[in-house]
Amino acid sequence: MKKAFPILVVLTTILLGYAFYQALWVAPTDSLQGDVYRIIYYHVPSAWTAFLLFFINFIASVQYLANAKPSTKRAARWVVIVIGVIGAVAPFIPQVKQQLPTGMYPSSVATTVLIIAGLYFVIGKYFPGQSLDLLAVTSAEVGVVFCTIVLITGPIWARPVWGIWWAPGDIRLTSTLVLWLIYVSYLVLRRFSDSAQTQKLAAVLAVFGALDVPLVYFSIWFFRTQHPQPVIGGGGSMDPRMLHVLLISWMAFLCFAFLVCWSRYGLEKLRREVEEAEALESLLEPGGPTTQTSQSKVPLSRSPQ
Amino acid sequence: MRLFWSITLATLTKDIRLEWRSKDALNAMLFFSLLVVVIFVFSFDPLAEESRHIVGGLVWIAFLFAAMVALNQTWARELRNQVLDGYRVSPAPATALFVAKVLGNFLLVSLLEALMAPLFVIFYNLRVLGPAWQLIPVALLGTWALVVNGTFFAAMSLRTRSRELMLPLLLFPVSIPAVIGMVAATTSILTGDDPAHFYIVLLLTYDVVFTTACLALFETVLQAE
Repeated sequence: MKKAFPILVVLTTILLGYAFYQALWVAPTDSLQGDVYRIIYYHVPSAWTAFLLFFINFIASVQYLANAKPSTKRAARWVVIVIGVIGAVAPFIPQVKQQLPTGMYPSSVATTVLIIAGLYFVIGKYFPGQSLDLLAVTSAEVGVVFCTIVLITGPIWARPVWGIWWAPGDIRLTSTLVLWLIYVSYLVLRRFSDSAQTQKLAAVLAVFGALDVPLVYFSIWFFRTQHPQPVIGGGGSMDPRMLHVLLISWMAFLCFAFLVCWSRYGLEKLRREVEEAEALESLLEPGGPTTQTSQSKVPLSRSPQ
Repeated sequence: MRLFWSITLATLTKDIRLEWRSKDALNAMLFFSLLVVVIFVFSFDPLAEESRHIVGGLVWIAFLFAAMVALNQTWARELRNQVLDGYRVSPAPATALFVAKVLGNFLLVSLLEALMAPLFVIFYNLRVLGPAWQLIPVALLGTWALVVNGTFFAAMSLRTRSRELMLPLLLFPVSIPAVIGMVAATTSILTGDDPAHFYIVLLLTYDVVFTTACLALFETVLQAE
């Protein structure tokens, strides 16, 4: 595994460079917006990556909570299986099919739900026990960074095109901002919490955040959106050459995010091992066990200072 | 089920009695929201027509910040003499304690709102143009939305450094849809421009979703130590 890391670094660098070249020189200029639209090649891939990471955080958090008891673990599995089956079948039922927004195919919806359900089991298999929490921290931190990029590049584009930096009440802008706020508060909780149970509290907060996002979306339903329609599955149309560049750019961003997550995951794992070793050492110190351990709680879950 | 409610009632009466004797939280909340009202009057000096548009946001900002006082002392009170630890090891259901605390805070914040509402009317020369009775469900649902999540997050922030600072940091992001609902509903009732039904349904959905989530996850939070 360790050998793969430098290889991936080189590959990601090449891919990012290629995406940059494609975005600035190869992609055709937009007929209405001119060159300013090119920021889309950074804005949209960051958004997709951020949402994916937040979603991974949500799955890891749910699984962390569910794994606390064998009964809830089993129940959660069945719930995921049922969601997967319903999601794979329901989009093909004519009544449901009509409800889907234009540009969204039943097969794509079914595939997405199946991938989501599959992700739950894949994560559960490769990240057992405490590593689920490691995954949750990593994905939340990296997700916040990508979400910040989205929130910075958005206004830079909006100012010349819309004439305003920010459209208050816009459905996409507001829900992204609230998502960012929720995850920042998640990181704040992790940083400020002293107890060894921070993982559990953080997982609970992640579930609350995930429940909140649809409500935010619902709460600003009435407002018109100025934001361009989503490129995929939202009825928006795009020149195939532009879409091609966008997908290359997304690939580069995904590789980059994966790389950052990998190193952050390793770092966090190492930090916890060091803390455990230190706690163990303080236990074994001569004359120390009773006074030492009762005084100092093992801050297993604190973020690095 | 009878046991559940008797525990809830016992905790609730205990909290009400404590609050009745000290009146710490209520006095602090009342004075705080009075200050908010007065400061806003001085800084904006609005006409009657303008105030109708801004007061919905103002009222709820005042109540939101004032509610922090009640929410912060909810669990801090139980830390003295290890009451919470005693509760943790007792076989009583954790949700009974939670429901009692939420009801206590709900009563406290509702009382605050009832006392403060006339002041808002006086200072801002308010006259409701929409159906005024709808303000009651909006107030009840809005207060419940603040209090149920607030009590939950107060229990969560119990285990953190600088606890009192932590609560708003956790609560406000999650409360944003509820705040949007409350403010938009109040404004549309005051101005009488649009019907507020959509926002009442939104608040109801928010309340149902988060009350369920809180009840389901409270045991985890209480036992996390």
